[in-house]
Amino acid sequence: MNRFPGHNILPYALIFPTVTVIAVFLVVPFVQAIHMSFFRVSPFGRVRVYTGLRNYAELLRSPEYLQSFLNTMLFCAIVIGVGLGIALFIAVLATQKIRGAAFYQVAFIWTYAMSPAIAGVIWALMFDPSVGIFTALLETMTGFRLNFTTDAVGAFLLVTIASIWIMLGYNICFYIAGLQNVPNELKEAALVDGAGPWKAFWIITFPMLSPTTAFLIFVNTLYAFFMVFGMLDVVTQGGPGQATEFLVYKIYRDGFARLREGQAAAQSVFLFLMVASIAGFQIWTSTRRAVYSR
Amino acid sequence: MRRHRKALLNAATHLVLIVTLIAVAFPVYYAIVMGTHTHRDAYAFPPILIPGDQLWQNMLVAWERINLGRLAFNSLFIAIAVSVGKIVLSIMAAFAFTHFKFRGSWLLFPLTMITQMLPLPVRILPAFYLMASFGWLNTYWALTIPYLASTTGIILFRQFFLTVPDELSDAARVDGATPLQYLWNILIPLSLTNIAALFVIEFVYIWNEYLWPLVVTTQADMRVAQIGLRMLYTSERAAAEWNIVMAGLFMIMLPPLVVLILLRKQFAQGIAMQSTK
Repeated sequence: MNRFPGHNILPYALIFPTVTVIAVFLVVPFVQAIHMSFFRVSPFGRVRVYTGLRNYAELLRSPEYLQSFLNTMLFCAIVIGVGLGIALFIAVLATQKIRGAAFYQVAFIWTYAMSPAIAGVIWALMFDPSVGIFTALLETMTGFRLNFTTDAVGAFLLVTIASIWIMLGYNICFYIAGLQNVPNELKEAALVDGAGPWKAFWIITFPMLSPTTAFLIFVNTLYAFFMVFGMLDVVTQGGPGQATEFLVYKIYRDGFARLREGQAAAQSVFLFLMVASIAGFQIWTSTRRAVYSR
Repeated sequence: MRRHRKALLNAATHLVLIVTLIAVAFPVYYAIVMGTHTHRDAYAFPPILIPGDQLWQNMLVAWERINLGRLAFNSLFIAIAVSVGKIVLSIMAAFAFTHFKFRGSWLLFPLTMITQMLPLPVRILPAFYLMASFGWLNTYWALTIPYLASTTGIILFRQFFLTVPDELSDAARVDGATPLQYLWNILIPLSLTNIAALFVIEFVYIWNEYLWPLVVTTQADMRVAQIGLRMLYTSERAAAEWNIVMAGLFMIMLPPLVVLILLRKQFAQGIAMQSTK
């Protein structure tokens, strides 16, 4: 560990810039956000009044906030459930012993380079009421005319599909890397013991992948909670109605457009509690991973 | 008989993979094709799925309309600046955490926790006021320096530095090299794959950033390309010009895609490394 004894100041100098930027740009603003959440600022007078927990109480009683929370959770659950399911399926196929497996393993990466805003606009074209191919297909198959600019379900569907699509490359990459780490002997042992390939997958491969799955659940949650912002701002602006006003968009709106600073700060603290519990879960599962590692 | 079944199974696997690949790629293909048509062809029914010859003209219109030259320059500049800055800071810190025994070494874990638990939206208003109080609104400072607050790169390099055999640093020390000489002459040349991987990750991430640039810039000449996409798209809502929007989108999505495709091997290795940490 100590490969250069006698250099006592150097290591501190080396970590100093990183520690400083994290303290100044992450820790200080977060502490200020907690502080702000106990105050109310009048929109015009710039007067700060201490209001205790009133911002939190109002938030918990607000039907809009509850709606936004539920929409975000539903969105997050679908992005994780459907997105990871598809990704795992493709990754398993792409790691079979087939010709061209190496090609498939890189062929899906590129969606990683798409931004949420780009993905949103591309899928807005697919969903376009007049020229959208997806809407046209849907109409010929079901007779239902979808208009995502006026239809809450349509807008929610657009954002969800575009999000699953954008995360697909990343998810597949990590599942492929995870699958390649599963030792072949274990699978073969299970097959020799008479388990079919289907059963061998669920009793050997899938549990061995659980660190990867936990990590991807964490990353996809961060996407669904935060990164999706660009897509919402470009394509739906949170609408129609409140259909796609997810928590991150609501903070932005309340903080910057509606000038409800204290309220937005209280939302930030709630959001922190959610992220902290998910991050805690991720760290807990990744330390349990020691059981599996060789 | 068995061999037959195997061949059939392989063919089915290929089929499913190819169909999925086409389904995933189709929206992008259709979007780009849209950008190659005149306004009339773009709105033809049934839709024309073969590229036209108007891409260049449409790109020029989009470029002019949102002053994309300036926006793309801003995005490129901040993406490269943050990538390089983060590579330098991460190598420094990872070197400290792997090669020295010092009282600060416990910091890595809490720092990682902090960066994971405090994404931008949980501190956005005070962070904005902080920029205002520094006088950093509408400057490159606000668009670059705060992004250096992260430990992703440190973990990536730490992971690799731990695999480098002790003999190398022992030999360097015996030869009288200082730690920084060892870092610069031995360790960094060995880390090129990781440097490339981190470059891809950061370049793609910063080029695609939206919320923070939206909040800390208000002047048209300090906006970034992603926000240009909103300006284009909003203009479509008024004028219904999908062909122009998509020609612009094509230009805005290209840089990170090119970087990723050029460095895909290094990126994949970086990912494999991250997933086995």
